[in-house]
Formats: sequence, C-alpha cells, structure tokens
Amino acid sequence: MVESKHKWKAWLYLAPAIILLIIFTVWPIINTVRMAFLEGYDSMDAAGGMQYSVSIENFTKVLQYKGFLTCLKNTMLLCVLTVPLSTILALLIAVCLNAIKPLQRLLQTIFFLPYVTNSIAIGMVFAAMFNMVMPTPNDPTSVGIINNVIEFFGGEPINWINAGSSYWANITVMVIYIVWNALPFKILVLLGGLQSINKQYYDAAKVDGTSRRRVFTRITVPLLSPMLTYVVITGFIGGFKEYSSIVGIFGEDMGPAGNSGSLNTMVGFIYEALQNSKVGRASAAALILFGIIFVVTMLNMYVSKKKTHY
Amino acid sequence: MSELQNKTMQEKDLKKVSTHQKVGKILVKVLLYTFLMVMALIVIFPFYFMLISSVKTLPEYNRAVPTLWPEFIRLRNYVDAFNTGNLGQLFINTMIVGIVSTILSLVITVLSAFAFARLEFKGKNALFAALLGTMMIPGELFTITNYVTVTRFGWLESYTVLIVPFLVSVFYIYLLRQNFMQIPNELYLAAKVDGMSDIKYLWKVMIPLALPTLISITILKMMGAWNSYVWPRLVANEGEYQLITNGLRNAFTDAEGNTDIPVQMAAVAIVSAPLFLVFIFLRKYIMKGVSRSGIKG
Repeated sequence: MVESKHKWKAWLYLAPAIILLIIFTVWPIINTVRMAFLEGYDSMDAAGGMQYSVSIENFTKVLQYKGFLTCLKNTMLLCVLTVPLSTILALLIAVCLNAIKPLQRLLQTIFFLPYVTNSIAIGMVFAAMFNMVMPTPNDPTSVGIINNVIEFFGGEPINWINAGSSYWANITVMVIYIVWNALPFKILVLLGGLQSINKQYYDAAKVDGTSRRRVFTRITVPLLSPMLTYVVITGFIGGFKEYSSIVGIFGEDMGPAGNSGSLNTMVGFIYEALQNSKVGRASAAALILFGIIFVVTMLNMYVSKKKTHY
Repeated sequence: MSELQNKTMQEKDLKKVSTHQKVGKILVKVLLYTFLMVMALIVIFPFYFMLISSVKTLPEYNRAVPTLWPEFIRLRNYVDAFNTGNLGQLFINTMIVGIVSTILSLVITVLSAFAFARLEFKGKNALFAALLGTMMIPGELFTITNYVTVTRFGWLESYTVLIVPFLVSVFYIYLLRQNFMQIPNELYLAAKVDGMSDIKYLWKVMIPLALPTLISITILKMMGAWNSYVWPRLVANEGEYQLITNGLRNAFTDAEGNTDIPVQMAAVAIVSAPLFLVFIFLRKYIMKGVSRSGIKG
C-alpha cells in the first residue's frame, strides 16, 4: 500500500520540473531540429500559415554565407588562443599558490575576483582602458592608459579598439579580456586538485632527491590531469559560446566603429538571425555549433583518457 | 691530516651545502611571491582603474599623463550615473526577477531532488539519465524555440518571460540529489514510522542538512539574474522590464558615439558593488558552488 502511494507522490513532486522541462527543454530540442530542416523557415511567415518543404538548404546556406564563416573563424581563433593560454597561466598560478603559506588566502581571493563580475560591465572597463581618447583641442595626445604604459616602456601607442583599428589588435584585446575572465574558475579547480594530492608522493620524491621540474612533470601534472581535462573541456565549451565579452568591449555592433560585425561569433550569428526572424537559419547554425562542441568534447575526452593517470 | 681536521672539513662542507640549499629556497620563494604579486596586480588593476576613473572629472580623465590618484574627487558622477542610466528602475526589475526566480527554482529543485533521492518509482534511473543528457546541449539551441514559444504565449516584455523559462536547472537538481543521497535512508524510514509526512520530513530534516548546497544554489541563481544579458535582450529590451546589464551597455554613449567615461565607470561600479558585497560575506559558498558547476551565472 505504502509503495503504491509513493509512486503517484513521486510524480507529483516531479510534476513542476517535468512540465517546465517539456515546454522549455524537450520541445525546443525537437522543434529546433524540425525548423533547421524546413527550407527558409521564417517565424513571421510561419505564423501567417505558410508551409515549408523539408531540405538541408538552411545548412548549406549558412555554410556558404560569408558572415557565418567570419563568425566561425573568430570563434575558433578565440578558442584556440584563450583556452591553452588561460589553462597554462592558471596552472602556474595554482602551483605557486599551493607552494606558499603566508598570504595564500588573500591572494586566492584576489585571483577569484574577476569571477564575481558582470562580463558586460567589466568589459566596459577594459574598453575604457584600451580606448584611444579622442584628441581634444587642449589635449591632443591622450591615448588611454594601456598606451600610456606602452609609451612608458618606449613603445608606440596602438589603436586597439577605435575606428580603423586592425583585426589583430582587436583580437589581442579580446584574448586578454577573455583570459582575465577565465582565470578564476580554472585557478579554483586546479588549486582544489593540487590540495587533494597526497603529500606522500612529494615526500617520496624528496627522499629520492628528484628535481623540481621532474616533480612537476612526473607527479603534479599527471595527478592533476582529471582536473586539467575538466578545465580544458569547460573552457572549450565556454569559448565556443563566446558572445557577451565581445558585447562588453565592442558593444552590440560586435566590432570597432565603422567595421561592425567583424568580431561577431557563432552565438552572435544565431541571435542576429533569430532577431530577423530567420529562425530556420538560426536553428541550423545552433545545430552546427552543437555538433562542433560535441566533437571537440569527445576529442578532448579521448585524448585525456589516453593521457590521464588516476 | 689529522682525524679531527678531516671531521671539521666534512662539517664545513655539509654547512656549505645547507646554506646553498637555504639560499636556493629563499630565492624560489622570492620568485614565487614576485610572480604571484605581479599577476595579482594585473588581475585587480581593472577594478582600481574603474574606481579612480569613476571619481575623476572628465578633463582630468582625458589628460595625456594619467593621474594615479584623482586630484579632485567628484562623487557627483555617481549621482549622474544613477540618473542618466535610470539605474533605480533597472535595479528593482533585476531584484524582482532574481528573488522570484530563485524562490520558485528552489522549491522545484528541492521537490525533484527529493523524488530522485528518496522515492522509488518506475523509470526513475532512465528519467534521471535523460535529464543529465540535456545538460550537454548548449543553451542557444533552446533559446531559439523558446523565443518563438514565448512570443506565441504573448509573454514578451513581462516579468514572466524573464523568470519562467529558466526555473528548472538540471544541474541544481543533480547537485541537491547528490547531497540528499548522503543523508542516511534510516532517518527517512524512522520518520515514516513516526507518521511524519514527506513534506514535514523534507522541511525538518533534509533541508537543514542540505543547507550549504541550497545557499550555493541561491547565490548562483541570483548572480545569474544579475549577469543575464542575452535572453533579456531578446525578450524585454526596450520597455519597463529591462534588466540591469542590458540598460548598462548603451546608456552612457550619446548620439554621436561619445562616452562620458567617468560617469560610465561610476555606473559600472554601482552595478558591480552588490556582487562584491555578496562575495565578501558568502565567499565559501560561492567558491564551493562554482568549483562544481563550471558555468558562469
């Protein structure tokens, strides 16, 4: 009796979650696939009762579309540059943090600060730092704080993000901002991993007189490899969905003034198509994004399985 | 050479080695601290820049050689920021969305996690596996159809559209279920024998024991509301339901594209302050929740 009473109760407790998930998670998966395969699906026309034929035209159109290829290139480039850079830097910082005692907690807190920020808001701060202040009549030489630093070390000021700035200058700014933003999470996970490594390994290495570098490459990194894998996979997933950090620095034009869209990403492309009610195209692009993320994640897991030591 | 001399020589050698080691150790420590300090400075510099810029006058900000400390502290920037950005309304909207969605989300999460952790029913494991499977799919894929759906429901430009679609988080259910599973089943059976209802048991036993996880979920959910940008921009970008991040980006740029950066920085500081306060008081829960989630917001 009690058991059967439990059964309907369980479903009662699950009901709110399941109903919401069916409407906002399960149905979207089915519907997005459906719309992606309906030729030129447009939400406005569809509401007006228009019928569509099934084809893969959305996919071929998206892949031929120059705007999409720019987005794909930007996204890939940012991923390939920021994930290794932020992982290595985070690993270095975590290892150093793990090796010190005084000030460890304070420094740990400081390194976590970028996480508790709004990526649009702090993006605006970075934009201000890299900004070339427009030369005013009484002050024609203002070039922004980063350029001040460059000049201080004897370099030439660079047009980072203003009108007429080069693509690589823009990408450099984005890489710096994204790495700055990605560090806290990676340091947190890697430091947690380091602190859980059994001290006996290090004691044994000490007895054997093993060099620091060897201890690092033969003990620390192998024992940390599950965390490294985790950090790299989540880094790639986040990197492929890069969007709001670019809005933070360049605004909704997704590029420097006069060259809007030049830094657009896959997610930016999807939202743009969606806002123009080109839902079929947006769906196809989202499925392509999902495919890429899936393949990269599987690849990472495959590589790490071969290299992971537990 | 006498035996004694030989011995002292050996001792000297040993001492030499140990001082060598000591010097090496100190050197390593110095290097470690220097590296960490430099990195820490780079990490906090943007915050420092934001704060000093937010109290500068525009002419001082625009100087060729920047001042590292403002000559004149102009707090008026904060008032200007609050007024031009209409930050008050944006604050209220964001708080309403954050609080309501957190409470509803907690109720749904607790009930589902309880069902998955304690109750037996047909297809439980299959259903749970299916839920975990949806976590692999990028959110953008849902957004497209959800945008079409909420448009059809006539929800655009409302609080509902900002709250309802994201109430259920599979990740939070998973997190809380793991926590509930650690609570011994005997407690539940004992409570049943005593004739305690499920809800009472949940409230009196499970929730207090899982409180740290619930606090982590609350903070992450609130931070999510505070930082959400993409969805609100799609569904409530113009009118009275705009959220703080959306209002922030363009409010301080005039028609010619010029930005009063000190005022803008003051607005950024105002928007960042609540997050920092929460972080200072609830550091432990945030870091614990984050290290397990891997998702920002």
